[in-house]
Amino acid sequence: MFEPNPPVDLSSGKYLKLWQGPQHPGITGNMSLELTTCGDEVVDCKTHVGYLHRGFEKLMERRTFIQNFPIVCRIAVPEPTFNEYLYAAVVEELAGIQSPERAEWIRTLNLELMRLASYLMWLGGIGAAFGQSTVYQWTVTHRDYILDLFEEMTGARVYHMYIVPGGVRGRLPEGFEGRCHEVLNRVEKLLRDVEKVLFNNVVFKARTKGLGHIPREMVDPYGITGPNQRAAGFARDLRKDAPYLVYDQLEFDLITATESDTYARAWVRYQEMHQGIRMLRQCLDRMPKDGPFQARMPNVLHWQVPAGETYAKAECTRGEYGYYLVTDGSEYVRRVHVRGPSYTHAIALMEKLAVGTNIADIAGLMVSLHTYPPEIER
Amino acid sequence: MSLKDLISPFYVWQRAFEKPYTQKRPIEDRPGAPRYRGFHMNSEDCIGCGTCETICQNHAIDMVPVEGLEQRSGDSGLRPRFDYGRCCWCALCVDICTTRSLRMSNHYAWITEDPDAFHFTAGTDAMPWNQNSLGYRRDDDYHLLVHERIDMQALGAEESVAGFDEVMKGYTEEQAVLEADRCVECGICVATCPAHMAIPDYIRAVRQRDYEAGLRLLYETNPFSSTCGRICTHRCETVCVMGYQGDPIAIRWLKRAIVDRVPAERYREILGDEVVENGRKVGVIGAGPGGMSAAYYLRRQGYAVTVYESQARAGGMLRYGVPSYRLPDDQLDKDLEYIRSLGVEVKFNTHIGRDVPFRQLIEDYDALFLAVGLNQPSALRIQGEEHPRVLSGLQVLDDVASGRDPGVGSKVAVIGGGNVAMDAARVSRRLGADVTVLYRRRIEDMPADPEEIHESQAEGCKLVQQAIPVEIKNAASTSQVTIVWGEAEMIADDKGGRPRPVLQEDRMHEETYDCIIAAIGQGGQLDFIPAEYRDRIEFKWNKFVPGEYQQTGLPKLFVGGDIANSRADAISAIEDGHHAARGIHRFLTGTLDG
Repeated sequence: MFEPNPPVDLSSGKYLKLWQGPQHPGITGNMSLELTTCGDEVVDCKTHVGYLHRGFEKLMERRTFIQNFPIVCRIAVPEPTFNEYLYAAVVEELAGIQSPERAEWIRTLNLELMRLASYLMWLGGIGAAFGQSTVYQWTVTHRDYILDLFEEMTGARVYHMYIVPGGVRGRLPEGFEGRCHEVLNRVEKLLRDVEKVLFNNVVFKARTKGLGHIPREMVDPYGITGPNQRAAGFARDLRKDAPYLVYDQLEFDLITATESDTYARAWVRYQEMHQGIRMLRQCLDRMPKDGPFQARMPNVLHWQVPAGETYAKAECTRGEYGYYLVTDGSEYVRRVHVRGPSYTHAIALMEKLAVGTNIADIAGLMVSLHTYPPEIER
Repeated sequence: MSLKDLISPFYVWQRAFEKPYTQKRPIEDRPGAPRYRGFHMNSEDCIGCGTCETICQNHAIDMVPVEGLEQRSGDSGLRPRFDYGRCCWCALCVDICTTRSLRMSNHYAWITEDPDAFHFTAGTDAMPWNQNSLGYRRDDDYHLLVHERIDMQALGAEESVAGFDEVMKGYTEEQAVLEADRCVECGICVATCPAHMAIPDYIRAVRQRDYEAGLRLLYETNPFSSTCGRICTHRCETVCVMGYQGDPIAIRWLKRAIVDRVPAERYREILGDEVVENGRKVGVIGAGPGGMSAAYYLRRQGYAVTVYESQARAGGMLRYGVPSYRLPDDQLDKDLEYIRSLGVEVKFNTHIGRDVPFRQLIEDYDALFLAVGLNQPSALRIQGEEHPRVLSGLQVLDDVASGRDPGVGSKVAVIGGGNVAMDAARVSRRLGADVTVLYRRRIEDMPADPEEIHESQAEGCKLVQQAIPVEIKNAASTSQVTIVWGEAEMIADDKGGRPRPVLQEDRMHEETYDCIIAAIGQGGQLDFIPAEYRDRIEFKWNKFVPGEYQQTGLPKLFVGGDIANSRADAISAIEDGHHAARGIHRFLTGTLDG
């Protein structure tokens, strides 16, 4: 499990090198897998990243604390909100700011909506990767309904820039709760259909059961988190284990599975979507309807955060997302490090899991890990 | 493999009969959400402070001059130009906008044939979305700036009226830093300050607790910083952009915060005391803020400076017109002593004309700066005003400043609405009198500082507005005086000027006081200038009309201060002095350098 893949003799004529990526092959994004194949069986895999490096962490050292807030969302396109929240969380902690309760509820609502939208896109991706493109059409449409909600809540569909250090940027629009409930009902109905069409599908089952099995003992050494580890039987979730925002006030179940293969991972995520809808409904019903949504802030133009360092983490769709921030008392970040779960899932783990699969399953295997290259290369 | 798994996927057909999700644009339109962050719009409330440019993390905003804008005070004349090749639509510019003029439309898309159109000035360029009423704007309860001023500790009304102790106690260091932190450093104030002080820079020095740097910045343009930190008319604060949504920065108090933290004995070390004599000599008439400011900057350039002062002490109106509860003597001395320590000679109790002829000065010196101020009280021009119990405001303030009892009695009426009137009223309160202020217009028309009006009311002065004095009676008495005044109606001016008070003959009042203090303004006295010189100098209403660099038609004579400007405040006099010092240097050397 921890040994390198056995070497192959490329001069033997039995093998073929095949590159998957770095062109954007669907939701797995711009990284590449250098596959060594024998027939259609993959015998070796090397992962390559570097095509998306935009240097966010370095850029942030040249911007003031408020100026960083619009760029962090760009680190992960399908899930900008987790970046916004974690950046706000680390800055608030070092600056000694407590965001008001109403903002904490709105943030939770925002994060769970984001999770649902991201899962919908992922669900379409796993369907499409195994030939079920109709599911993709359905789920992406329903994701768009959630983006509509984001648009009216935050002013933007993808890069919301809404969770700002100190709170959130505005109150919820008039009548938002009703429209949100409506979308949740539609998504719930869709999920029932998806269960029939995808999870009770002989083709999908045949191709995903047993594919990309992650042994239990691999989970911790490889730093596997999120649904990938829960599908391997670990009942771990930061929302339960280290509750942040208002998660300790929400009721939801931890979903686990034991098979630890592509199907199990898909099933865990599918059920987590139902839990997400459950949490969203609780948020909408229980969140405070008035009160401040922003802490009292200093003048942000020359906001100096006291020297210190901290790490904040949150359970994002793919696992543990973390921000490590170091400040030196100046108006600028000294160093920020973003820990995206894709780093561990898409590089070392993928190299292991790919061996022994066949070429047609590679894309689906990658989707099943729910990796996202932009967060590997901040 | 179960049969269910084989059949179940065909459920997919059920959705085939549903209405399509897709919207048929452009047949069906779908407008953006009301809060959508679309394209930038700017209203005419914009004053070009450039805070949007400062916060923009993409450098997508440049402040550019715009043709055809109406010129107004507190407006830089610049407007934000957006580069949509750089913008990321984060709307921090909208959030930070000090006047809330900047917002966004809710348009999704914009298509144009012009490849340069994405570079536009919001609000002034005609853009297709300019009439849009929806789109992102800052929520009322969301702030990136601090709008409330940090209060300064002050004596309560009862305490302050009990004596001549300074009312405002100054900021603590923490308070000063917090207040300085509110500044957005736009620099709109710099243009409005008569002396063009480096306001954002010295506010930054306060924020960084670097008082030495702060002091050096202050002295670049103003050698009366301790004074101005207390009693400046702070035109800067009236245009401060933070005033649009909250309180303007307490610029005056922050200036004081620097000076209060540097002891007088460190001035020479921080500001330097080296003077390289250049062999020329300049005379200055009047040791007020204008004269001493000119003396300071001339001395710094190596001139031998002699100041002629008619009073026994320097400071002019700052000493004899501003009561010590606003400007304690030791604070004024702190400014004056440093100037004198550089080698500026002051000849006290010397009247030009009486003790030294003007002609001698103009002949003896290479150049002359004249800032004698306004020290002749204006007459009320009503019948009976020569009554011995009608005092002038200036005289009362002079007496108090010189340690004499002005003898106002216990029931006083003050006529006027300027700072001298307010000071005379507040001084009288401190002397134990019951004070009524009669002003011919409304309180909001008063030329006095709003703080002075507020504080005088808090101290128990009764302000009667729209009261026009008509006659002084009771000529027989030497201890009491009676005034007849009539109520006024404010009549709008057809020509667009300020409303005019018109006496209502049927609503007259009569009241007896121990004294009446007239403080309706003051004029200058220039009799000491011989006619042969006067003929060559331009005057308007007995005031100088100086030319470039405060020079007059008499090339050696430069003028400034209240006698030569219409603003008649300390900071303008200080600037006149500074400006004239540069002019004199140019006049004598042909260059502004050095």
